[in-house]
Amino acid sequence: MILHPGILALLAGSVITFAMLLYAAGTGIQILRGWDFTSSSERQLLLERKTFLVSTIVNYTFGFQILSLLLFLYTADRLHPQFVGAMCATGSLNANPAGWNVLFLKIILGFASAFWITGNILDQRAEDFPLVRPKYTALLFLTPLVGLDLYFQLRYFTGLHPEVITSCCGSLFSERGFTIASGLAALPPRPMMRLFYGTLLADLGVALLCLKSSSGTSRILLALFSVVTFFVAIASIVSFVSIYIYELPSHHCPFDILQQGYDFVGYPIYLTLFGGVFFGILPGLFHPMKKIATLQGLIEGTEQKWILLSILLICSFVVLCSRPVVFGAFTLQGYR
Amino acid sequence: MRRLKILEYALSSLLRRKYKNLSLVIVYALTISILASILFLTHALKQEAEAVFSDAPNLIVQKLFAGRHDLISTDDIHLIRKIPGVGDVHPRYWGYYFDALSQSNYTFMGIREGLPGLKLVEGQMPAEEGECTIGRGVARAQFTGLGDQLVLIDSRNKSVKFRIVGIFDAASNLLSNDLVLMTRKGIQKFFDFPSNRATDIVVEVYNPEEISTVAAKIRKMLPGTRPIAKDEIFRTYDSVFNWRSGMMLTLFSAALFAFSILAWDKATGISGAEKNEIGILKAVGWDTADILELKFWEGIVISFTALLGGLTAAFVHVFFFNAPLLTPVLKGWSVLFPTFRLTPYIDLYQVFVIALLTVAPYIACTVIPSWKAAVTDPEMVMRS
Repeated sequence: MILHPGILALLAGSVITFAMLLYAAGTGIQILRGWDFTSSSERQLLLERKTFLVSTIVNYTFGFQILSLLLFLYTADRLHPQFVGAMCATGSLNANPAGWNVLFLKIILGFASAFWITGNILDQRAEDFPLVRPKYTALLFLTPLVGLDLYFQLRYFTGLHPEVITSCCGSLFSERGFTIASGLAALPPRPMMRLFYGTLLADLGVALLCLKSSSGTSRILLALFSVVTFFVAIASIVSFVSIYIYELPSHHCPFDILQQGYDFVGYPIYLTLFGGVFFGILPGLFHPMKKIATLQGLIEGTEQKWILLSILLICSFVVLCSRPVVFGAFTLQGYR
Repeated sequence: MRRLKILEYALSSLLRRKYKNLSLVIVYALTISILASILFLTHALKQEAEAVFSDAPNLIVQKLFAGRHDLISTDDIHLIRKIPGVGDVHPRYWGYYFDALSQSNYTFMGIREGLPGLKLVEGQMPAEEGECTIGRGVARAQFTGLGDQLVLIDSRNKSVKFRIVGIFDAASNLLSNDLVLMTRKGIQKFFDFPSNRATDIVVEVYNPEEISTVAAKIRKMLPGTRPIAKDEIFRTYDSVFNWRSGMMLTLFSAALFAFSILAWDKATGISGAEKNEIGILKAVGWDTADILELKFWEGIVISFTALLGGLTAAFVHVFFFNAPLLTPVLKGWSVLFPTFRLTPYIDLYQVFVIALLTVAPYIACTVIPSWKAAVTDPEMVMRS
C-alpha cells in the first residue's frame, strides 16, 4: 500500500461516513417500522425528531461522497508517476483493477446521493413528511453500496504496488483492441460528432419544451434524454473531444484532460455534464410524486429552476467541448 | 436571504460565547497546523528534489560488487557506446569527504566541463589540478572565500591545498551547498582512484522512450552493473516522501482523535443559557431544521476559521522558520543537512486533503450533540 496523504483522507473519510451511515440506517429501520404520521404518540414524536438526525447525517455523508469522487480521481492521477508506464489516472487504475470498481461505484453513488439529498430537501419542506418511507428504503439500499465502496477502496489502495508495470492509457485506449474502452475509441469521429450534437440539441429541445408545457410526458422524456446524453457524451469525449483537446488523432484518454498540462479542462467538462444530466433527470424522477398534495406545489415551484440549470450546464458543456473543435488549430481533415 | 440571516445569527451567537469557542478554534487550528506542516514540508522537499534532479542524467550505470556499489571500469564505456541510440557516454568521479574540523560531510566531484543548472555566483570553474569551486555551505563552514586556500586531508593522510576559484549558488541551494568541484585529475589524485576506474558512468540516450531498452541491454551486456534511470530516482523519491508524510500523518492522527474527543465534549456540554436560547428560538417559531442549520453554520464558521488559522500557522512554520519541529524526521538521515530556504508553494489539492482529514471528524463528532440541542423541547426549557 502507498501511504499517500490523499489515500489516507479518502480512507479515513470513507470509514467515518460508513460508520455514520450505518447508524443512520439503523435509525432508518426504526423509523420505517414505527412511522405513523397520524399518530401523536410519544414514539412518533421521537421518530419525527430522529428523522432530522438521520437526514443531517445522510446529507453530510452524501456530500462527502460527491467530494470523494473528485478526490479519488485526482489522487489516482497524482499517483501515476509511481507506476512504470502509467501516464495518467488510467495507469493508476489499471495498476489494480479494483480501482475501476471504485470509480464506477463512486459515480453511481454521486448521482444517487444527489437524488437522495434533493428528495430530502423536498420532504423536509412539506408539512407531513410524505417521502419518509421511500427515502429510508432508498437509504437501506445505499448504505451497503457505501460499504462496498469502502471495501473496494481498501482493496484498491492496499493492492497498489509501485513496482507493478501497468499498461498506460496509450495501450488501453488504443483503437486496436477488444475492450469497451477500445470500442469507444474506435468510434469514427465524424458520425460520432453528428450523434453528439444531434443528441444534445434534442436534449436541449426537450428541456425548452418542458419550460413551456407542464406535461408529465415531456419531463419523463427529458429524463430519458438526459440519460442518453450522459452515455453519448462520455463516448464522444473518448471518441473525438479528447483528440481535439490533445491535438493528436490517436490519443483518446478521458483522464488526461484532468491534468494540469491541459489546464484541468476535464473538471469543468465533467462537472457541467454530470450537473446538467442530474438536473435533467430530476423533473422526470419527481414527476410521479406530484400526486402527493403537499409536494405538488413544491415540485412545480422548483422544477423550472432544475430545467433552467440543466439547460445552462449542458450549454456550458457543449461550449467547453466545442471550443477546441471550432477554434483549435487541429483539424481532422484526411482522417476518416 | 434566509440562509444569510441564519449565518448572521450563528456569528453573533458564536461571538457571545467567545472564550469557549476561541479555545476550541485554537486547539482545532493547532491540530490542523501540525497536519498541514507535514504536507507542506514534504511537498516542498519533493519539489526541491525534483528541481535538483531535473538536470540529472537520464541513465547512470553503477558497478555492483557483492551487492554494494563499487568502482566501475572505464573500459565498459566503449561497450556501452556501441549500443544504437546511445549518445555521449562518460565516466563520473565523485565521493564524500568528512571534514573533522567543521564536523560536516562534503560532496566532491570531478568535472569535465560546467555542470548545467549550477549558477556560479563569483569566480570560475576549476581549470587546473590545484583549483576548486565550492558551495556556499562549504565556504561558510571553512570561513573561506574566493581566492583563499582550501586545506583538505587526502587518502594518504597528507594535507592538500586547493585554491578556491569560484563559489556556487544554484536555483536550489540544496545541490551545491556541500559541493566541492575540482578537475578530474584533481579528484583522481586526491582520492587515489585506480587508473581506468570511475565512480559511475553517465549514459545519454537520444530517445527518452528507449531508456529502459538501453538499460536492459546494458544489464545483459555487463551483468555486474546496475543501470539507474532518472525516472526511477524520481519515483523512489516520490514514494519515500509519500511514505514519510503518510507515516507522520498516521502518527499525528492521535492528535486528531484527541481533538475529536474535545470537540465532542464541547458540543455535548451545552450550557443552561444555550439551552434557554434554543428554547426561546423554538418558541418564537424556529423549527428543528432551522436550529440544525444554525448549528451547521456554527460548525462551518469554526472549521473555516480554524482551517485558515491552521494553514497560516503551518505556512509560517514551514516557509519562514524552515519547519524546525519536523525537519529531523522528514529530511532524512543526514544530521549535517545544509540549511536552505524552501520555496513557498501551496497546493490546492493538499488544502483539500487537509480540510477533508480534519473537518470530517469534527462534523462526525458534533452532529449528534447538535441534533440533541436542536430537538430540545421549548416548554421543558422554559419550565426548568
